[in-house]
Amino acid sequence: MTLREIAVLVLAVGGVFFAVVAVVGLVRLPDLYTRAHGTSKSETLGAVLALAAVAIAFESSLSTLKTVLLLLFMFLTNPTAAHAIVRAAAEQGIEPWTEDEEAEES
Amino acid sequence: MVAISDILLGAAAAFIVTSLVGVFRIVRGPTMPDRVIAINIIGSNVVIVIALLAAAIGETGALDIALVYALLNFLLSIAISKFTVERGGVL
Repeated sequence: MTLREIAVLVLAVGGVFFAVVAVVGLVRLPDLYTRAHGTSKSETLGAVLALAAVAIAFESSLSTLKTVLLLLFMFLTNPTAAHAIVRAAAEQGIEPWTEDEEAEES
Repeated sequence: MVAISDILLGAAAAFIVTSLVGVFRIVRGPTMPDRVIAINIIGSNVVIVIALLAAAIGETGALDIALVYALLNFLLSIAISKFTVERGGVL
C-alpha cells in the first residue's frame, strides 16, 4: 500500500469510529442536553476526519480545495446548529435531567 | 490489496448504517428538540456519504450537491430554533 492509501484508510476508519460514538450517545444518553453534548462534538470530529479522507483521495486539486472548504464549513456550522437548538430548548423551559427522574422514565 | 474506492465505499456504508440507527431517536424522542438534533446529525451523515461516493466513483460534480445540502442542513436547524423561541413552535 502506498502512503496515500494508508492515510485514507486511517482517516476513514477514524471518521466511522466517531460517527458510531455519536450515534451511541444519541440513543443511550438520558436527556436532551446530554444527547446534544455527546453527539455534536463527536459527529463534528467524525465529519472532519471523513472529509479529510475524501480530500486526500481526490486526484485533482480543485476537488480537494472544494472538499477542504466543505470541511471548514461543517466544522463551523455543526456546533453552531447544536448550540442554537439547545438554547432554544432551554428558553422553551425544558428541564435538565436529574437523578430522581430516572425511575419514572424507565 | 484494497483500492481507495473500496475503502471509501465501506466508510459510506458504515455512515448509512449509523444514520439508520439514529432514526430511532427521531421516532422515539420525547421532545421536539431531540428530533431536531437527530435530524441534524443524519443530515451531516448524508453530506459525508455524498462526498465519499463522489470520491469513490470519481464524480466530482456531486461535491456541489454536498455543499448545498450542508447549507440547507444548517439553515433548517437555525430556522427551527428561531421559530420555536419567537413564535412558540412550528411543529
